Amino acid sequence: MTFRFNHDSSKPLQQRVIFRDNIAEANLFKGRIFIAFMVVILMTVALIYNLYDLQIVKYESFSSRSNSNRIKIIPIAPPRGLIYDRYGVLLAENQPLYEIEVIPEDIDRGKTVRNTLQELKALLDLPFEDKDIDLLVEKIRVGKKFKPIVVASKLTEEQIAIFSVNQYDFAGFYVQPKLKRYYPFGSTLTHALGYVARINQKDVEQLEKLNKTLNYAATQDIGKQGVEKFYEDILHGTVGYKKVEVDSTGRVARTIEFATPTPGKDIYLTIDINLQKKAQELLGETKGAIVLLDPNNGEILAFASNPSYDPNMFVRGILSSEYNELLNNPDRPLINRVSQGGYAPASTIKPLMTVMGLNEGLITPKTQFFGGPYYSLPGSSHKFRDWRRWGHGWMDVYRAIEISCDTFFYDLAFKAGIDNINKYMGQFGFGKHSGIDLYEESLANLPSKQWKMGRFKQVWVPGDTVPIGIGQGYWSTTLIQLVRAHAILIQHGKNVIPHLAKNYDEMAPKEFMINNPRKKYEPPKETAVEVNNKGYFDVGMKGMYLVINGPEGTGRRAFAGTKYKAAGKSGTAQIITIKQDQHYNASAIAKEHRDNALFVAFAPYEAPKALVGVILENAGGGSKYAAPIARKMLDAYLLDPDHPQIEISDKKAEKKK
Amino acid sequence: MMNKFLSLIKNLHVDIPLLIGIVALMCTSIVVLYSATNENIDMTIAQIVRTFIAIFAMLFMASISPKFYARWAYVGYAICTVLLILVLIMGHVGKGAERWLDLGIVRFQPAEFLKLIMPMTIAAFFAKRVLPARFLPCLVAFIMIMFPVALIVLQPDLGTAVLIAVSGCFIIYLAGLNWYLIISGAVIVALYAPIHWFFFMYDYQKQRIFTFLNPESDPLHSGYNIIQSKIAIGSGGMVGKGWLHGTQSHLQFLPESHTDFIFAVYCEEFGFAGFLFLLTLYAAVIARCAYISIHAQNTFERLLSGALTLTFFFYIFVNVGMVSGLLPVVGVPLPMISYGGTSMITLSAAFGIIMAISTHRKKQQY
Repeated sequence: MTFRFNHDSSKPLQQRVIFRDNIAEANLFKGRIFIAFMVVILMTVALIYNLYDLQIVKYESFSSRSNSNRIKIIPIAPPRGLIYDRYGVLLAENQPLYEIEVIPEDIDRGKTVRNTLQELKALLDLPFEDKDIDLLVEKIRVGKKFKPIVVASKLTEEQIAIFSVNQYDFAGFYVQPKLKRYYPFGSTLTHALGYVARINQKDVEQLEKLNKTLNYAATQDIGKQGVEKFYEDILHGTVGYKKVEVDSTGRVARTIEFATPTPGKDIYLTIDINLQKKAQELLGETKGAIVLLDPNNGEILAFASNPSYDPNMFVRGILSSEYNELLNNPDRPLINRVSQGGYAPASTIKPLMTVMGLNEGLITPKTQFFGGPYYSLPGSSHKFRDWRRWGHGWMDVYRAIEISCDTFFYDLAFKAGIDNINKYMGQFGFGKHSGIDLYEESLANLPSKQWKMGRFKQVWVPGDTVPIGIGQGYWSTTLIQLVRAHAILIQHGKNVIPHLAKNYDEMAPKEFMINNPRKKYEPPKETAVEVNNKGYFDVGMKGMYLVINGPEGTGRRAFAGTKYKAAGKSGTAQIITIKQDQHYNASAIAKEHRDNALFVAFAPYEAPKALVGVILENAGGGSKYAAPIARKMLDAYLLDPDHPQIEISDKKAEKKK
Repeated sequence: MMNKFLSLIKNLHVDIPLLIGIVALMCTSIVVLYSATNENIDMTIAQIVRTFIAIFAMLFMASISPKFYARWAYVGYAICTVLLILVLIMGHVGKGAERWLDLGIVRFQPAEFLKLIMPMTIAAFFAKRVLPARFLPCLVAFIMIMFPVALIVLQPDLGTAVLIAVSGCFIIYLAGLNWYLIISGAVIVALYAPIHWFFFMYDYQKQRIFTFLNPESDPLHSGYNIIQSKIAIGSGGMVGKGWLHGTQSHLQFLPESHTDFIFAVYCEEFGFAGFLFLLTLYAAVIARCAYISIHAQNTFERLLSGALTLTFFFYIFVNVGMVSGLLPVVGVPLPMISYGGTSMITLSAAFGIIMAISTHRKKQQY
């Protein structure tokens, strides 16, 4: 330490002069190295502790974070169940629909996206405007690299063929088949079948409330109307999923697990599509509705509401112009005239009132009544007119129904009183849900004292009761209620639930859609109308038999020469009140104020197989306009030699077993 | 010519225990790299080729007498400093930092050479002085260290600058720098740090510190790397997910998986057990180097091999600390394991120097 000299001195001198204590230096070094290695060991312990903390203590947490990084679950939509008619004719199918998608990552970098899209437009003659292309270019630019973007949809087979041949020019563009609902019969069955359309915000809220969001994770369309909506749970199926491993950019690396979706169940309707076509055909240009059902079990074979519309519009996405046209059409095609349209039942309910009168002891089958030109309440000058200006003379209840005498039933209604009418007609199902498997049903109105008080804040007066006797006044019904009431009559009071789907009782949702007035499914009662003597129903039916087969029957002309014995009842419902001193004259009043024509008929009389109800808006007299249509429906069902007798669906079901 | 080459082989200056440790690390590197490069065979082969070059460089360095290093250290130091100035003037831009000097055929980083030359120079400086070193020579040595380091910081390449500064400072420490000076130096650094933060740090460097302090604050951007790295390590558990089965790396959630973050790949696939195995390999190499340092014959050799050994550990600590979230993210590869030739060749050369120190021994005079 003390022997340090100037560095600038010559080398030999320096070497000579500096003494080094090599051992001391080695010891100094050893000490320093020792301390350094103490620090090294401390730092190493810190590293080990940190790794222990990450890999052993916090393993679970990091492991799950690693998994959520890489594992994505991709839901797979189940194919929707198909809908057949009672003979196995396909009414709703899933058609493959072709779309062209682009995966941004795979696009050819040599060309601009815009140019490629222009080429595609030219090649396939796509209806792109510059604005659409701008939008697509932007979508592709901001989109995820591996997430497909739909470029063109609804492509024809021809366009697909052309594209496939030229695919090498369009790197990153792929044809993607998708399943879309298609209704081959178009507008023929719309109001019964309904349709599916894209799930909207309202549906999402509905699904959330019912806890079904998960099952719809991959589903695009949902039943919006008709059977498609009512049996949504059956038709939809159960979602499947694909558990995949993705990389940091979202590209699928491999599939870990695959759970196939459970397809929706197929549904067989009770509809006979040929009969349905016939019904729609018979309605032609007339606003109105036809229902034909089997009164023994409530199976609906025809369910026509006119005018109709093509449900396929809704599936492909209805344009707002198209929708406004439907919405603002004065003929209101969106209304289901079978189950939503409220009409005065008019004289068609006279056989039902008869049952009430007999059971209440107000009349007997032998009671004689003199039918004058009008009926007045005791102490009142108001004239309730009969439809025949000069009256009908003496009659019993059979003739009263046959000729559709109004005064007879004015009198009966007055004697029975509104409470009795409400009780009996309620039992026949008026003012109530028919139980049909549709959400589109209105209750119409079976009036009562409470109803009038609630509605008009007025007391019910006897004058209100009198027109109820002939199905007018405050009374309105839907066609399905009316037909069901007659089915109950035919079944001698046994309950009948009209329905569109076979096995409806098993398939009906136990929990109805939330915005539906029916909150819960209630199993129907066995007996609808309780009477002292089942023969009372026969009196009503006999009256209906005379309507068609009697010498004065209102339906005798329309049903002249049938090969089967039918029974029926006409109805002509006034839309406007005719003043006391005026007579109804169809040609003098506006079309929309003309009478509604109604007719209910069943056949064969001895063992009824078919019950048909017809309502024609503003057509005129029921026996003149509605009766021939009812007859043609019965003819078509009972007499058509080509009518298939074997039910294909049953055969299929047997084969499966 | 041929004869000369054969005699070179015969007279290889190899320290067998150290060689075994290093080759074991190299083999581990290739195994992990194959997985970390997503089973990219081309990159793996490239790395194998580099490994052979590195072994060759090591043998070459080992064959040179330590006296040669002591004699030529200053010249090397001067050349490197000049090159660093050149890089600053006409350096090529790579990853936003000017580090590479393009010589037409070879592109290289002068800073890389300095990793070896810096400790050599400072060791040579102290070798001519009596130890323990007094204040003035220590100050001179410190200035010699900080001048080129400042040039590297300007590139800017903070990681390399720190590593080089540290390798030089280790020599000063080993040369016997007074403990009072060490402590007061530490105090000065602590006081200077805030000044540096506010006046001399680039935003991206500040961001790295922020990210280090709270990576979850910005999980998708600056915090992403460290979060994904910790997930990779943590999800490895005790025995790991198995070779080639690391999901974080194979599905590319882990950034720079084959370079700076290869440790995360290794820990994901081989777990805590694998980590302890790797640590044992490193410990064996370091222990052997420490043994050689202690038994070195003169001050220059002692200081140089001791500093190189400590620097090697420092590399490991910085990388592992960074990848496992103990230290902020700085661009330091995992020594002997990460992909890339430069780091591996430099380190191998350093081991070559240590081998030279171990093998070029005069007959002991008793």
